[in-house]
Amino acid sequence: MEWRKERECIFGEQLSPLDQTLRSLRTSGPAIVWTTLFLFVPLLGIVFISFMSRGSYGELQLPLTFDNYSRFFGFGSFGFDPLYPYILLRSVLLAVGSTLLCMICALPLAFFIAGLSPRYKNLALTLVMIPFWTNLLIRTYAWQMLLSAEGLVSKIAQFVGLVGEGMPLYPSLGAVYLGTLCDYLPYLVLPLYASVEKIDWTIVEAAMDLGAGRIQSFRHAVLPQIIPGLAAGIVLVFVPATGQFIVPDLLGGAKTSMLGNSIAQQFGPSRDWPFGSAIAMSGILALMFALIIYNRILAKRGGEGLL
Amino acid sequence: MAHASASPSSPDAAAAVELQNVEKRFADFTAVTGINLTIKKGEFFSLLGPSGCGKTTLLRMIAGLEFPSSGKVLIAGQDVHDVPACERPVNTVFQSYALFPHMTVRDNIGFGLRMKGMGRDEIRVRVDKIMELVQIGQFAERKPHMLSGGQRQRVALARAVVNEPTVLLLDEPLGALDLKLRKELQFELVALQRRLGITFICVTHDQEEALTMSDRIAVMNRGHIEQLGAAEDLYESPRTRFVGGFLGTCNIIEGSVTNRGPGGASVTTAAGPMRVEFRKDSDATRRDKLTLGIRPEKVRLREEPGNEQENCFPVTVKELQYIGSETHYLLDCSGLQLSAEVMNSKVGSQGFEAGQKAFVYLPPAGLVVLDD
Repeated sequence: MEWRKERECIFGEQLSPLDQTLRSLRTSGPAIVWTTLFLFVPLLGIVFISFMSRGSYGELQLPLTFDNYSRFFGFGSFGFDPLYPYILLRSVLLAVGSTLLCMICALPLAFFIAGLSPRYKNLALTLVMIPFWTNLLIRTYAWQMLLSAEGLVSKIAQFVGLVGEGMPLYPSLGAVYLGTLCDYLPYLVLPLYASVEKIDWTIVEAAMDLGAGRIQSFRHAVLPQIIPGLAAGIVLVFVPATGQFIVPDLLGGAKTSMLGNSIAQQFGPSRDWPFGSAIAMSGILALMFALIIYNRILAKRGGEGLL
Repeated sequence: MAHASASPSSPDAAAAVELQNVEKRFADFTAVTGINLTIKKGEFFSLLGPSGCGKTTLLRMIAGLEFPSSGKVLIAGQDVHDVPACERPVNTVFQSYALFPHMTVRDNIGFGLRMKGMGRDEIRVRVDKIMELVQIGQFAERKPHMLSGGQRQRVALARAVVNEPTVLLLDEPLGALDLKLRKELQFELVALQRRLGITFICVTHDQEEALTMSDRIAVMNRGHIEQLGAAEDLYESPRTRFVGGFLGTCNIIEGSVTNRGPGGASVTTAAGPMRVEFRKDSDATRRDKLTLGIRPEKVRLREEPGNEQENCFPVTVKELQYIGSETHYLLDCSGLQLSAEVMNSKVGSQGFEAGQKAFVYLPPAGLVVLDD
């Protein structure tokens, strides 16, 4: 019965290491195949393409080169011009702004929903989810109408005196933020709500009992408890917000390029796949760098990091 | 001072906490009502009662985590109606301990001092001192989830007393611990209270815990105080059927008065005529129907009728439980069920068996007249 020792007891069953491996393959296998085929293989393709060069008709050619990356950093054929680093910076700043805006709106909303009675709670959560049922493009066009000079929102803004008579609210940076907020708010509200729901209020009472006022109680007793949800939500909003291009395009008036537009531009009209891939890779690397720093900060503050 | 204590609204200088006609109503029920209570400085006071009797609500009102619907709460003579929890000179040991999970033991204990704005070095000194006092020094850098239940309890206690509150509130402080640890910590809590001289107000549903630890106990039932007194008073002379039954066990005997005398009466019961003595302040002197209570250990069981003329009745032993140091008997006394606990002080056999005929003697001093 010596061999039995190697078997581990899982849910009351004795399994050998081989059994265990087979079992986990059966359950997580499809997911592994899926991510490999549709994420890692294409990603590797992009990494490879970003080092290739473009033929005169836009075809991919072989001499492997770093030219695409040096062009991204501004060392093009017409001298130094940091256009793309600026675009990257602009995209990141827009994403930071959007994330902050979403956070400001999501925090009170999550607490409000968590405080509702169970019946209204489900209703409120459904209302938060409803935007997901409509296509992003359609939602964005809807905002265009609402924010145009004759639109309802603009009319109200004109009446209150926020903008001049007959002036539209779009295209503008404000319109871009409004559109982004509506797109990404649910991604922040839902994980945050899950954390708020689980808050142990006796810990908050303990803080008050020990002399903490409202703000200090929030900082020392509430915030540490909702950090997991908040952290997950921030990543869920920040990452896609960096690459967005529909909303800045349609509500910002297509005047300023974002990372997303630039990539679309290279893969589409410009037919420069290698350079488009290089922009995409630079964006991914920048985001990963940002997430590593973010994780460091989290780990320092809350014990366990996110990644 | 005699004048002051006569008027309920003037603060008592020797009182740590005073509750005046306090009532708390929630949306659909009244948690506590008509509470008048004075807790003296330096006292170990317990609120004892079954769950849902309002004892925790009372504690939370003193802490400032709940506000009374009517009535006044005074702490050290000051009306604290408008004082929020964070500004009251009161700290709480919560039932679930409510330690900050993301902070180390040291930071947990130092939290209250930090909120007061005390300097780092001073906090360190005080926290070290208190950790030594409750013997958790070696866990200073651990997080709460790495501690056992007993250790967490000590941290919760240290976190509260380090602030040197006027009053320390303990909500079922030992409720989550196993029996052995509970017994150990009961003694430690009392020793700590004596040493610090802080007023302790302890909420518990465990009558033994309340009896062993407290200077005084308020027994609560359905939102009001049934009886207030020292452990011995409550046990020896319970005033109501509830107090008699909640603190230990109590034989209940119903009867009607046949003959009144000075300070006592003759009562007809199912077992036969009994003589009882009245408490001085009892209203039983005016009633015709009485409920009598007697503790099982006050019941004397013997083989012969003995010399007493009164309160001696023939019984049949129905069941017995041999505990070792004592034997518990269930007796049938002409249809009346009585339980008796007899110390096994004789050497050898104790002499009573199931089915055996015997006699009980119910000493008048042990028979208490209960208010319903």
